[in-house]
Amino acid sequence: MKKEDFKDNEYIDKLVEELNASGANVVVGSIDKLINWGRANSLWPLCFGTSCCAIEFMHLGAARHDMARFGFEVARNSPRQADYIMVQGTIVHRMAPVLMRLYEQMAEPKYVIACGGCTVSGGPFKGSYCVVEGIDKILPVDVYIPGCPPRPEAMFYGLMQLQRKMKVERFFGGVNRQEKIKDFLANHPEKTEAMK
Amino acid sequence: MVDLKEKIGKLCPSATFEEGEVLRVCVEAKDWRALAEQLKNDAELNFDYLVAVIGCDWKETLGCVYEFTSTATRAMLEVKVTTADRENPMLHSVSDLWKVALLQEREVFDFYGIKFIGHPDMRRLFLRNDWVGYPLRKDYDANPEINPIRLNLEENEDDSVTYVEENGKVVEKKYKLFDPEDYVVNFGPQHPSTHGVMRLRTLIDGETVSRVVPVPGYIHRGIEKLCESHSYPQTLMYTDRLDYMSAHQNRHCLCLCIEKALGVEVPRRVQIIRVMMDELMRLSSHLLSYGCMTMDMGATTAFFYGFREREQILDIFDKTCGARMSLHYNVIGGVVADVHPDFIKDVRELCAIMPSRLKEYHKLFTGNVIAQNRTKGVGVITKEEAINYGITGPSARATGYSCDVRKHAPYAIYNELKFDEVLETAGDSFARYMVRMREIEQCVSLLEQLCDLLEKEEGNEICAKVPKLIKLPVGHWFQQVEASRGAFGVYIESDGGKNPYRMHFNSPCLNLIGVVDLSCSNYKIADLITITASLDYVIPDIDR
Repeated sequence: MKKEDFKDNEYIDKLVEELNASGANVVVGSIDKLINWGRANSLWPLCFGTSCCAIEFMHLGAARHDMARFGFEVARNSPRQADYIMVQGTIVHRMAPVLMRLYEQMAEPKYVIACGGCTVSGGPFKGSYCVVEGIDKILPVDVYIPGCPPRPEAMFYGLMQLQRKMKVERFFGGVNRQEKIKDFLANHPEKTEAMK
Repeated sequence: MVDLKEKIGKLCPSATFEEGEVLRVCVEAKDWRALAEQLKNDAELNFDYLVAVIGCDWKETLGCVYEFTSTATRAMLEVKVTTADRENPMLHSVSDLWKVALLQEREVFDFYGIKFIGHPDMRRLFLRNDWVGYPLRKDYDANPEINPIRLNLEENEDDSVTYVEENGKVVEKKYKLFDPEDYVVNFGPQHPSTHGVMRLRTLIDGETVSRVVPVPGYIHRGIEKLCESHSYPQTLMYTDRLDYMSAHQNRHCLCLCIEKALGVEVPRRVQIIRVMMDELMRLSSHLLSYGCMTMDMGATTAFFYGFREREQILDIFDKTCGARMSLHYNVIGGVVADVHPDFIKDVRELCAIMPSRLKEYHKLFTGNVIAQNRTKGVGVITKEEAINYGITGPSARATGYSCDVRKHAPYAIYNELKFDEVLETAGDSFARYMVRMREIEQCVSLLEQLCDLLEKEEGNEICAKVPKLIKLPVGHWFQQVEASRGAFGVYIESDGGKNPYRMHFNSPCLNLIGVVDLSCSNYKIADLITITASLDYVIPDIDR
């Protein structure tokens, strides 16, 4: 897809600006680019479907939509081997610590996609006594995919946004350090308390 | 046919009766156990199938509504048991008479805090062990400070408790679920073969499974409580998210229940369309279950074949309903919009290709020696056990137990259609698989008949006249339909307002996890995967 076909270009432009402002060594910058190209095209998801969205994710893997075209095909069942976690379906109070642990078990650099209305904001179950209203309350989220459940096309759009984001990141001295979770915890002091 | 009122009046003189669609017997907590034994054991009554245990809070009293059916006479009965004690409510358990109550009573305990005397394992079912309060009680304090999102991992709860009656006093007895020497393997909640977020604590001896303790609740969203704060048309959308593989049937059931309460007559065209959608949904669900079962056993190619036809069905849904999965098509009194102009053509095309595709499936998987060895004679459930554990749907029909709601209590236009209830007798994983495959044939034949009916149908009304503000009269209703995985039931209790006073969804899958322990014990741990795959439960339907 061309750049103008995407909708959230300001966000990526801002990332590029930040990258340019801090300056990069020619050699390191070139290696960054190469590594990011490789990373972005072999994104392995962690199978983590709790509800309806997981079925659409299965359709993503099946023949018609075929996510292998973009390098997403190797859905992993172990968090140690996954690059990103695509949270599909409602997260409830009982599941929240399990999700946290899975996220912590994943190796850096790692990304989180909130897929479907429930993970974005609680969706149709907002106001329930035991639903986490948006996984961004407990995890740093990179891409949000709205929909109930999102169509496979929407999932592709979200995944491609993640690829674009990865391609403009600084790999050396950047994403391979645990900065994201540190930033997140700094903004959510109550989580630091809870995780101890 | 015995006169139930007279018979039960003799057995339990203190009981009062409420006439309704189904006779309702109201008894006090102290008389319940004796009546329950009679209901089960009396040769004339013979209520061997406990359909649902529905907890309820009537403000002054707490209690349960039990829905019974006799599989021999198809007679139905409702029993309402109440206790005035709100501080420490206790009822006698019937889990030794009907095993289906084992999980259902735990659910009632979880939601209402009613303790069941004699229940072997009185722990919470869906909520965390450290949850404060009982959420479905009317006086529940929903303040998030009392129950915040706890990010510490839950302790594995090995302590269980049972309440027994000794010399007229109820004594609490604590015990351990597992011995210290037991080797317990944790399976799930995040595991690809659990079909969602089910957790099974599996006690194994070498490679043999001795016991399976299911731990559901990892996707419990509190739908029943949410329904109480929504108006009737708003509650419809939750049904599509219970068992998303039978979205149409579930929604059909709730619509039928509300229409029954309102006394609305649904146009014939709507009934045909609804049944067509139900059968398409069943077809797509069985295709998914074929795909998942084969994938669990390592036949990944078969998965792609199943999903190829599923995509075709989803396209039909997409054209008419505007969505692939959460379809929101049925509404109270009718359907949202008429079918797409291509609808009949598309369905006919699907019906035309399915027989040849079925042959492909059988060629790929059914005849395979490994597949047969892993499924034949594995996970056997007998007919008596199926009835006692309350399982329904294809998994129960594999035991030879005739339980198809479409046949026994036909709704919509099922009584006009010709179809066979698919029955197998072996009761093993292979039989369960074969029932689904043979049901696909029945779905195709039903769809062909329905296409003819819809073409001939002259009426073009797609929604009956319903009041703008839907208020049900004071009362209670129970309705069942045959969903993809068994009998799905809806219980509504109304106090005359625009919101339901109590809405309960009786899910077939909750009963299916009740038989996991029974069917997996004494088989190898690898068989656990094939057995649970052939039971084909959907987790959000269990947890609600």
